[in-house]
Amino acid sequence: MKKWIALVALLGVFSIMTAACGSDDETSSFKQCEAGETDGDLAFYNWTEYMDPDLITAFQDEYGVTVTEDFYPSNEEMVAKVQVGNSGYDMVVPSDYMVSILIEEGLIQPVQDAAVPNKGNVDALFANPPYDPGAEYSAAYQWGTTGIGIDIGVTGADIPHTWGLLFDADLAEQYGLSGKISLLDDPRETMGAALKYLGYSLNSTSDDELAEAEAVIKDAVSRVAAFDSDQYSELVVSGETIVGHGYSGNFLWDFEEGESEYDYFVPEEGGTVWVDNMAVVSDAPHPCTAFAFMNFLLDAENGAQLTNFNWYASPNGAALPFIDQEVLDNPIIYPPDQSKLEYIADTGDFEINFTDALTRARS
Amino acid sequence: MKKVSPPGLEKQAIKAKARQGFFIGLPSIAYLLIFFIIPLGYVIAYSFATRSRSGRTELRDWNVDAYIRLGEDVVQAVAWRSLWIAVLTTVICLLLAYPLAFFISTRRPVIRNLLLVGIMIPFWSNFLIRTYAWRVLLSSDGLFTKVVEGLGLGDGRILFTRPAVILGLVYGYLPFMVLPLYASIDRINWSLVEGARDLYASGWKAFRRIVWPLSRPGVVAGSILVFVPSFGAYVTPAILGGNKESLMGSYIVDQFMDARNGPLGSSLSVLVLGVMLIGTMIYFRQGGRNL
Repeated sequence: MKKWIALVALLGVFSIMTAACGSDDETSSFKQCEAGETDGDLAFYNWTEYMDPDLITAFQDEYGVTVTEDFYPSNEEMVAKVQVGNSGYDMVVPSDYMVSILIEEGLIQPVQDAAVPNKGNVDALFANPPYDPGAEYSAAYQWGTTGIGIDIGVTGADIPHTWGLLFDADLAEQYGLSGKISLLDDPRETMGAALKYLGYSLNSTSDDELAEAEAVIKDAVSRVAAFDSDQYSELVVSGETIVGHGYSGNFLWDFEEGESEYDYFVPEEGGTVWVDNMAVVSDAPHPCTAFAFMNFLLDAENGAQLTNFNWYASPNGAALPFIDQEVLDNPIIYPPDQSKLEYIADTGDFEINFTDALTRARS
Repeated sequence: MKKVSPPGLEKQAIKAKARQGFFIGLPSIAYLLIFFIIPLGYVIAYSFATRSRSGRTELRDWNVDAYIRLGEDVVQAVAWRSLWIAVLTTVICLLLAYPLAFFISTRRPVIRNLLLVGIMIPFWSNFLIRTYAWRVLLSSDGLFTKVVEGLGLGDGRILFTRPAVILGLVYGYLPFMVLPLYASIDRINWSLVEGARDLYASGWKAFRRIVWPLSRPGVVAGSILVFVPSFGAYVTPAILGGNKESLMGSYIVDQFMDARNGPLGSSLSVLVLGVMLIGTMIYFRQGGRNL
């Protein structure tokens, strides 16, 4: 019994110690950098398959530094590492809603305009985003949409562009989609798609609207093959599913390898638009190199090379003339009608309701 | 004449021995402290903490809200479903492993070692890779599906269903059942069974009264080794079940990665730990000492 008491006491001591460490306020001002200044090797933390290796090589050659790139599959995983402090990373690429959280938490530092003269290249559309007014803390990296990828070799090209393809029983019957549908395993995206289908905002914080959306998913679950955020495009291409809910660029990459005919679209009810952004971590060991890299990627030709590589749309206005025409003309990469697209915004405590709604809906 | 060492020296010797033991054990003690006790302390502290509006876990305003939430329907449904799947997996593993362990322990030593190596070969490759391999086997035109349909056993497409999850779990954890069962069946003194038969016990009765009780430490150990990871399984339900049913493992991940609700994720982890602790206690009570 004594051992247990000692153990519990030990745990208590550690909790207090960690609490004390956690409340350590950071008040020091950030190191100021000049344009083109570097202060060591760069540790870059980015999404997978998102960076052209040739661009990294070019940066290394030009500035005489080494770039180490690590990868993450979700914003939350990146934040979990950076939040602890002393992650060693200089630059991260958070999505829109995560930028506002990182700012609020003091985890990223303001962009030093003097060190990033190319920031002016960012298109006006992305220069004053709702998640970071005035783009003080971030610079847009790439943007894309969340929508529906479908094997039109099976369904025929003449299909209604609606979220109903994922949710509606009659449409599933008509096109033989039952058991051949995948939804993202992501509360905000999946509940958001159902909210859009019902004509609501995907940032709705109304309990009633969310309950309606939950009912939509619950009804659809019996026809859904899987909730999957990693392999949705491979599932369509391998024929395991016919229609999938996912991100524009990923579908494009995998459609190249399939043997059937495919299409991707954002349904007419509207969908998610997201912007990933470069940001420098507050405790970055080499902030000047990070700003130099940010400036390098915001260069017109380098920005174009990035889009030509990863097939996501570029927020870099100056890069437009250098982007391949086939990429610019591709409605999947640059959707013609952008009026009904919505950003996912952080809803604070209501995030819990989104997660609970999806948990209840699928079981 | 008996040689009696003075009490003072003896005490010193015992002390020296204890000190020696402490230093020898120091690396493992440090390891346990850094990688087990401290993280566990974090989890317990987090479970009483507060979620900030932006999803950070703040170590202040200590409260038990996260434990109160464990009583909610949505959590209960997840917990009971996980429990059921874990029990089912354990029972199926036991039914498959018992005859197998029996078979192995009655072979010649050479064959026996070969069979044991065979049981362990799957561990040579990564569990994640093996689970993805099952996804290929179970896909619409995969080998498993084709064979089942070829044998006229009906629709073989079980990918993304509960049977696929159970299949994956049984496949993954069967060795954990076979090995302890083998260890305790192998140790049975078969002359006891002969004795029972001499005294006119039927084969069934000899099994029930002699073999089963003597193999019970293996049954208990194997069952716990299978039950505990099945209860918190994450990879198999995600890859083979398509995450269509929320289970404990994925629900905890959802809390940390989607809702950014550290306190609930932590209290759920404590719940899982509690279930495991109960399992371990049963093990020690039920003859773990004999193993």
